[in-house]
Amino acid sequence: MERNVKFENRDGRLVASLVGEVDHHAAAPMREAIDSRVILDLPKTLVLDFGAVPFMDSSGIGLILGRWDLCQKKQCDLVIDGLSGELSRLIALSGVEKLPRLSVTRESEEEKTDETHHQ
Amino acid sequence: MKRIINEMKVRLPAVSENESVARTVISAFVAGLNPTVEEIADLRCAVSEAVTNCIVHAYRELAPGERGYVYISTRLYDNREISIEISDTGCGIADVEAARKPFFTTGKEGERCGMGFLVMESFTDSLSVKSKVGRGTTVLMRKILVP
Repeated sequence: MERNVKFENRDGRLVASLVGEVDHHAAAPMREAIDSRVILDLPKTLVLDFGAVPFMDSSGIGLILGRWDLCQKKQCDLVIDGLSGELSRLIALSGVEKLPRLSVTRESEEEKTDETHHQ
Repeated sequence: MKRIINEMKVRLPAVSENESVARTVISAFVAGLNPTVEEIADLRCAVSEAVTNCIVHAYRELAPGERGYVYISTRLYDNREISIEISDTGCGIADVEAARKPFFTTGKEGERCGMGFLVMESFTDSLSVKSKVGRGTTVLMRKILVP
């Protein structure tokens, strides 16, 4: 079930790396995997990493909005990471960046916003 | 007067596995025009939205065991235009104008965000939608690729 999502939890920051195309068909098992892990881990921050997603349609926006809803209920911040140019255009069209407690990290910004380099 | 240089008709069962099949078929068909990476991505996304609409909405009232189909009819023209018509024989849309408004959705389940027509419109040059309740819906998209 978790084949198309890989997880890494470091100090309350849960990174869910999506792997493969995100359409209506693929989104359902992805969201189930993410939701059960979020409910289990109760992270402070959930990172949805799209770095290994070559294609996404508006089902990906639905996936983000649904996870944002869950994050609101669990008092968790949501970070959208690893967006390619194509995915960025869809994100811009959707306006999800305006939502509270949601931030979008683009590839060029990764260095300055990455707060996990504490060792 | 533009001339047709290639055409293709595809009929696919309206099941979600075929969303990626439809995208792949369109990529292969348009490849002859040497489109840019961005143009292919736009067309793949627009087709994905149209086909997903057929699968999620058009055939939602089918009885178990009944099968609906998605029909894709596409043409390439000598002015580097591609036309893509995607139709179904499903339930139809009662109010097309309302359905085309961004973020309008009747899909309560499955986290539909109501962006399908917005994406089709934004990622192509033109979109027309014709629908009859009980008969089905046809969307026609056109895009002219850069020379």
